[in-house]
Formats: sequence, C-alpha cells, structure tokens
Amino acid sequence: MAAKVKSKSASRSLSRDDYLRMYRTMLCIRRFEEKTDELFMAGRIKGAVHVSIGQEACSVGVCSALNQDDAILTTHRGHGHSIAKGTRLNEMMAELLGKATGLCKARGGSMHIADISKGHYGAHSIVGANMPMAAGMGLAFQLEGKGRVAVVFFGDGASNQGSFHESMNLCAIWKLPVVFFCENNHYAVSFHVNRSTAVRDISLRAQSYNAPGVTVDGMDVMAVYEATKEAVARARRGEGPTLIEAKTYRFFGHSRGDPQFGPYRTKEEVERWRKRDPLLVAEKMFKVTEAEKKAVQGEVAEEMAVAVEFAEKSPEAPLPSALEDVYA
Amino acid sequence: MREIMFREALVEALDEEMRRDENVFVLGEDIGQFGGSFKATLGLLEKHGPERIRNTPIAEEAIVGAALGAALVGMRPVAELHFIDFATVAMNQIVNQVAKVRYMFGGKARTSLVIRMHGGGGSSAAAQHSQSLEAWFVHVPGLKVVMPSTPKDAKGLLKSAIRDNDPVIFVEHRALYTVKGPVPEGEYTIPLGAAEVKREGSDATIVATSSMVGKSLQAAEELAKEGISCEVVDPRTLFPLDKETILASVRKTGRLLIAHEAVRRCGWGAEMAAIAGEEAFDYLDAPLVRVCAKETPVPYSPRLERLHIPQKEDVAAGVRRLVGVAR
Repeated sequence: MAAKVKSKSASRSLSRDDYLRMYRTMLCIRRFEEKTDELFMAGRIKGAVHVSIGQEACSVGVCSALNQDDAILTTHRGHGHSIAKGTRLNEMMAELLGKATGLCKARGGSMHIADISKGHYGAHSIVGANMPMAAGMGLAFQLEGKGRVAVVFFGDGASNQGSFHESMNLCAIWKLPVVFFCENNHYAVSFHVNRSTAVRDISLRAQSYNAPGVTVDGMDVMAVYEATKEAVARARRGEGPTLIEAKTYRFFGHSRGDPQFGPYRTKEEVERWRKRDPLLVAEKMFKVTEAEKKAVQGEVAEEMAVAVEFAEKSPEAPLPSALEDVYA
Repeated sequence: MREIMFREALVEALDEEMRRDENVFVLGEDIGQFGGSFKATLGLLEKHGPERIRNTPIAEEAIVGAALGAALVGMRPVAELHFIDFATVAMNQIVNQVAKVRYMFGGKARTSLVIRMHGGGGSSAAAQHSQSLEAWFVHVPGLKVVMPSTPKDAKGLLKSAIRDNDPVIFVEHRALYTVKGPVPEGEYTIPLGAAEVKREGSDATIVATSSMVGKSLQAAEELAKEGISCEVVDPRTLFPLDKETILASVRKTGRLLIAHEAVRRCGWGAEMAAIAGEEAFDYLDAPLVRVCAKETPVPYSPRLERLHIPQKEDVAAGVRRLVGVAR
C-alpha cells in the first residue's frame, strides 16, 4: 500500500554536521543551477539545459542515504543528482562549457553528465530509458553479493513509459536491490500529471509489482532521506525494489525555451510552491543560524567561483577527440 | 574433424565462456528449462544455475537495458531476444543507450555485452518473424554486427563477441541452427573483423552473408560445371568489416555479386557496393550485381516466401549476368 511518510524533522542517526552538509549541498545545487542558467542565457552554454531549481531536496535526500559505491542513474534534469552524488564541480562545469577537461570530454554536455568514479552512471535523456539499466545494475550487484544498491531517478512523465513497468516487474520478480525514485514535479514538459496519469499517487503503481510504494514531501529533504534510507536498507537485505514518489516542483520552466510561468501553469501556482522552497524548509527544520548560513553561502560561492574559473580557463576540446571512444 | 550443429556450437561457446569468466551470464526469454527458442542455450541452466541463466519475462527493452546496466558495472552479459523482429521493441536501448554511452560519457563507460537474435526466413513464419534487419544495426556507430554462416564460425565468433569490450549484435539465421558442420575440439576463437574466403575462384567474387553463404557455395558448384569459377567471400562480421580480404578478391576477379537475405534497398549490400565503387572502381569489369529479397514484407505461403527470399538459382543467374555483360 502507498503510505504517506512524514518527516520527523530530525533523524537520531545524523549529527548537526550532517544536517549542515545536506543544507550546503542543496545550496550548492541551487547556485550551480543559477550559474548554469546565467551562462546559458549569455550563450556560453549551448544546446539545452534543464535546471532542477526547486527539486534540490530530492537529490540531496536520496544521495545522503547512499554509499559512494552505490550507483545512481539520472535524467536530462540531472545536475542536482550529480552534485549530490559527489560529482566534481569543476569538471562538470567544464563539460557544460564544452571544454577538454569536461567529465565527458565535451561530448555529453548538460544532458549526459556522468562521473563513474563517484558511482554516477550517467544522465540518460531518453525519458524512462535509465530504468532498465538500473535493473541490470541491481542484477550485477545481487550476483556480486556486496550489498550495493542502484537508485534510478525519473520523473512523473517517465512513469508512463513501458520501461518503467518492465523494469519494476523485473526488479520485483528477482528481488533486485534497486530504488525507483520518482520526482513528481507535476509536469511532463507541459502536461500535468493529473491529466497524464491514471493514478493520483504514482507510488500506487508499486502495488502492481508487489513492492512497497511511498509518497513523500519532495520539498522536505529529511522526508526524502528517511524514505530512501528505508528503501535502501530493504534493498540491501535482499527484499527487492521500492518505489518512492516525491511530490516536488520545478521553479523554472522545463528548459530554457520555456518561461517560468508558461501557458500551462500560473504565476500563483509557482508562487505557492516557492513558499515551500526546499532551502527554506531545510533552514527552518535544521534551525540554521544566520552565522551558519553566511558561512555556508560563502563556501559555496567560493566553490562555484573556482569551478567557473577552472572551466573558463580550460582549453577547448580538441577536434580529433570528436572521433574517439566510439569503440573501445 | 567432428561435426556438430550450429546451435550446439553456440551452446558450447556460451558454456565455455561462462566457465572461463564468472562475469559472463545469459538473460533472455525462454532460455532456461526450455533451452532457448532454437535450443541454443540447451543444458546451460543445469550447468550454471538460474542466477546466471536468467529467464526473463517478455520485455525486450528491459532485457537489453538490463544487460547494458550490468555491463556498466563490469559484467559481460549475453542477452537473447528471440527474433530480430523483436529487437525493434528494444531499439531505444540498442540505438540510444547501448551504442552511445561509451562515447557520450567520455569513453569511461564499459559496454561489453552481446545481444543475440535470430533473423531470416524460410519457415513460413510470415512478416513479423522472418525479417533480416541487420543493416539497421550496421548503420549505428558504436555497435558491432556479427552474422556467422557455419557452426565453426558461430562458436569462434560468439566467444570473441563475449570477450569483446564493445556491444555486439549477434545475428543467427534460423535456418542454420540444425545445420551440421566441422567444429574443432577445444579452445579457439575467430576474431571480429576477419572475412573468410569460403571458396577460391577467378571469374567472379560473391560476397554473401549468413544463409546466403551456403546458397552461394551451391551456386558456385553448379557454375563451375559451366566453366565459371567463383570466389565466395563471407565477411562474417558486417562491422567491423574486413574490406581488405573482400576488395583483394574483387581486384582479382574484376566482378562482384553481393548476396543477402535482406531486402535490396539500403540493405547491407548497398554499403558493400558503395565501398567497392569507392575503393575498387578501377578493377570492376562489369556493373556489380545485388541478389537480395524482394522489396515486400515476408509472405507466409512457402511458395510465395520462396519467391521473396533469394535462392541459389538467383545467385547463379546473377553471376551469369555479371560474367556475360563483359563477354
């Protein structure tokens, strides 16, 4: 049964340092996305970017419950997940700017960030395509027997793809250590979840696969953390997959071609969600002091400045590299 | 040398590679107790257990995606999809994920997986279970495509495909599974990207794939009685392609016929013809000839299907035309 999990505001197993680290990572994602948006609007970042502003609690809540050798797979809106899993900021920014030092040698860009050394197996931007891969990683981890877990991030839109259902079923019949984490930000590009999806809570779909499904407040980092922790523990015990649905919201448009208040959503709706900004929720919940806030803001600003400088000073990707790595 | 069936050669290859490397496992529909739709995994469940012989639900995208996911973290999966027609259901994974992740992640992703499927017609399985879609895969950078024509090649190439660090599409013609042929005892592999001259000759080169190799050899035998000497070259892997061996033969004979079971337009033969035009134009003494399937879906009735699929008579007629033009 889908059950609502409420954040209890503080988990006894976490220290104050842990809370501040979570807050700091969320802020880091926010600043990275703001910078990305700025560089995109200035024409410095090409192609498409999908920023995750508003969804930071999901990235950080999930990844805080994982070990470094656990695996994540993400989507076109994956910067936040990447940062939360420990992806190197300098190389990530360099990737966005198309530099030789980029994580993917400037061949991936915003939609294909990967940092395998950190257990980040890539942003896959065909909607829903990453879920079968998560099943395969879970299968490999099960055979390996070391208790590793794979987490796959996807959106409300992807839960209507066949790959979601195929993968949930596969993980359930084989009891694979996989966590399906659905960030329900309510819009598949422009299509509202209530009109695209036959169930009100996507977590209900877990019932079809005899797996637990929970819906959590995706603006509350601790609610996400607690639900993920439980799902990961279950996966490590060999009890199979869990579907977590986090109700969240992107404060920006789908991509930069889409304004904040598109034809499909109102200013009032965006402002209503902005009142539940995950950073504000965390500040309140963790009782972050003004001094702590200032210190964290300073650290993050410094880290971002270093990343941007690294990226800007890096050489352009050399032309011959376009022809490399098609085959091993 | 002992003779075994094509499907038995495949079982041996899988069995040996699973013994050799614990990272190798097999997943697919009906590969367990059933032993595979054409018995190419028969007996492996008993030997290796259900952990490594993973019978899957009917979910082709999940099968291929799961194989890729396992490969990303260091396994060497062999996925079986039944018919090549069903691979179309998994094309998202094959084309957008399997073929791309190494490149788009900066060369750091591991993509050692094999996707087996059976293609081709000849058994009245009609339009949705008889296609020859190999050219679809050859068209995608990042994939390798193997099409063996004999039991010996099937075993040696499958072993190489499993050990290869790139994704390999392994297409087995259904009419070949029960064909017997000499297969060496003991360990051997056949490298990907090595064509084989299956018959030497001097008047014309026949480049044939998969089931058309056998038909071309039969045609060559008949043509020999007419005094026409044919060289039959089997590329064995469509990509990487052993252009050297093929073009050396073309330069020698000056005449080229390409035979495959896929339809003509944009079939693999079109690529082969272009390569010959670009790299051996000066050696061609006559316009090249393609012997391919008719440009229709595959019909059901045996009589109609026989018309659709190229036969040895079509190859022989094509060679006569090829040789006659220059006479």
